Amino acid sequence: MNASKSLLRQPGLVSIGLLAIVLLVVFPALLDSFRLNLVGKYLSYAFVAIGLVILWGWGGVLSLGQGVFFGLGGYAMGMFLKLEASDPETTKIQSTPGIPDFMDWNQITSLPILWEPFHSLTFTLVAVVAVPMILAFLVSYAMFKRRVGGVYFAIITQAVALIMTTLIVGQQGYTGGINGMTDLKTMMGWDTRTDSAKLILYYVCAAMLLLCVIGGSWVQRSKFGTLLLAMRDKEDRVRFSGYDVAMFKVAAFCVAAGLAGVGGALFTLQVGFMSPSFVGIVPSIELVILCAVGGRLSLVGAVYGALLVNASKTLFSESFPDLWLFLMAALFIGVTMAFPYGLAGLFESHVKPWWNRRVQERRTIRARLRDDELAAKSPPLEADPTGASAIAVQPDGPGSMVIRRGTSGTA
Amino acid sequence: MSSSTDFVLAVEDLTVSFDGFKAIDNLNLYVDQNELRVIIGPNGAGKTTLLDLICGKTRASAGSIKFKNEEMTELPEYTRVRRGIGRKFQTPSIYENLSVFQNLEVSFPAGRSVLGAVFFKCTDEVRKRVADVAAEIGLTDSLGIEAGLLSHGQKQWLEIGMLLMQEPELLMLDEPIAGMSARERDVTAELLGRISNNRSVIVIEHDMDFVKKIAHKVTVMHQGKILAEGSMDKVQNDPAVIDVYLGH
Repeated sequence: MNASKSLLRQPGLVSIGLLAIVLLVVFPALLDSFRLNLVGKYLSYAFVAIGLVILWGWGGVLSLGQGVFFGLGGYAMGMFLKLEASDPETTKIQSTPGIPDFMDWNQITSLPILWEPFHSLTFTLVAVVAVPMILAFLVSYAMFKRRVGGVYFAIITQAVALIMTTLIVGQQGYTGGINGMTDLKTMMGWDTRTDSAKLILYYVCAAMLLLCVIGGSWVQRSKFGTLLLAMRDKEDRVRFSGYDVAMFKVAAFCVAAGLAGVGGALFTLQVGFMSPSFVGIVPSIELVILCAVGGRLSLVGAVYGALLVNASKTLFSESFPDLWLFLMAALFIGVTMAFPYGLAGLFESHVKPWWNRRVQERRTIRARLRDDELAAKSPPLEADPTGASAIAVQPDGPGSMVIRRGTSGTA
Repeated sequence: MSSSTDFVLAVEDLTVSFDGFKAIDNLNLYVDQNELRVIIGPNGAGKTTLLDLICGKTRASAGSIKFKNEEMTELPEYTRVRRGIGRKFQTPSIYENLSVFQNLEVSFPAGRSVLGAVFFKCTDEVRKRVADVAAEIGLTDSLGIEAGLLSHGQKQWLEIGMLLMQEPELLMLDEPIAGMSARERDVTAELLGRISNNRSVIVIEHDMDFVKKIAHKVTVMHQGKILAEGSMDKVQNDPAVIDVYLGH
């Protein structure tokens, strides 16, 4: 698999640099505020996609429940923002002012203890990463220590996604139920709905994503990255080289969960709400499709995959909403059957060799022209003392040639 | 039970049964320091199962396995490896997608925890050790090649090299010369003779010429039990062994 081998090399500075330019320069320059905000939303999904590259692409562990961790991070941030939006002044028409509106509808009269710590931004920021990681640790430790893997593990992650959705929807008083957390307005007094705020949030999101991509490629270079690849193919051999394979899988799963949590929090900030429709089975599968389409072995590919699939989804949902489901299914089947390493794989196996061939052809043409010029400069065989009929091919500035008659005035 | 032993490996009353079938039946085996023991026997005798039990791939139903006087039967595989047991599998089990250098580097006995692996640095000490082991197994010129492209014999040597990197005190090899040419067999015999100088080695093999060349002591297994034990000559002339395995 030539594509997979070159993908396993670390993303060069070139591809990361190109991604940075696209995200930080090109998009803000070309897109209006509304579309840029949409791209910011897609980038928050890209965090999950990067986590899946580490967990699934390199580690070989398929998780069909990343929506859970996305949601946990998103809800943590949502709880903070909701508390801020529910100060006693704004909610004075409620029967209990100072608590979120959905609690009021559910006849809850005081803020639940679970919500109290989310008054603090520091705690919220820590919880965005820590809560998904703790849950991930518990679930994966129980599974991997018992050598449960592969399909069974994937099904259990689906079960976790279903349980989480049911819990959120069922406990409307504590979580906002099926409506989720809405009406999120300000963060520490700063209005997040203005155009300038959305621009700043976009840049924060893009910058953090690039940092995570760089961090991921550092991990790929480390022994941890090499071991993930080794475990994917020869788990027993890694075990018999003295490594506790279970803990490595747990670590990869926790990293993917933490990344998903960060993505969820940035999503809540940029879009302004969070609901259980981003947590369950269907969004979790969509997140895997994002990673698969982009290329599950490539960090940069996964980001492009997230952007492309979500952009298509928006486009199609606007014009042909029913067609979108079929297209998603077609994408999934296409990736599995035709291009298992996603767009990044196609890039490595088709675009790069084509580009290298073109560069090679250009080099051969230039070399041939240079040879012809050297041949033309050497003295002609027939007697022609004035050299008036000699034809010379000479360089005429960089990259171009000119044919001159006669030797007078030549170099 | 707290019997103390000088043997590197002391297997006592080891039994494992799969659904009532006793693959290993009350087996006793003792291996000395720096001894090269070869285990032979017909197919189905339980030789590979014995290695599986010692390295932890299979759990024993009863009995004890003492390595350097420490009970191993309750420990997980990676702990037994860290104590100094190395196991080579019947089919070459190497990381096909990594280079020969990376295969050996990954086997270096440092950075075995998750954080250790993240912050592991390939220092000069690691590089020197990889170079030494590569010279030992004859793959110095192939360090940059992807392991999947090696010949079958070279893959076997690479796996032995990966085990040597771990600095084991007990090395267990399951049919190390399977699929090798005559020349490669000679080279492997020399290699095994060298590496048993300061460690104990257990080898499972079928090629009698090879066994004669390398063995200090031979153990013959049959139906999960030990049939005969001793030098190659003694075992080859044992009538029970001839009956069951070596033929008339």
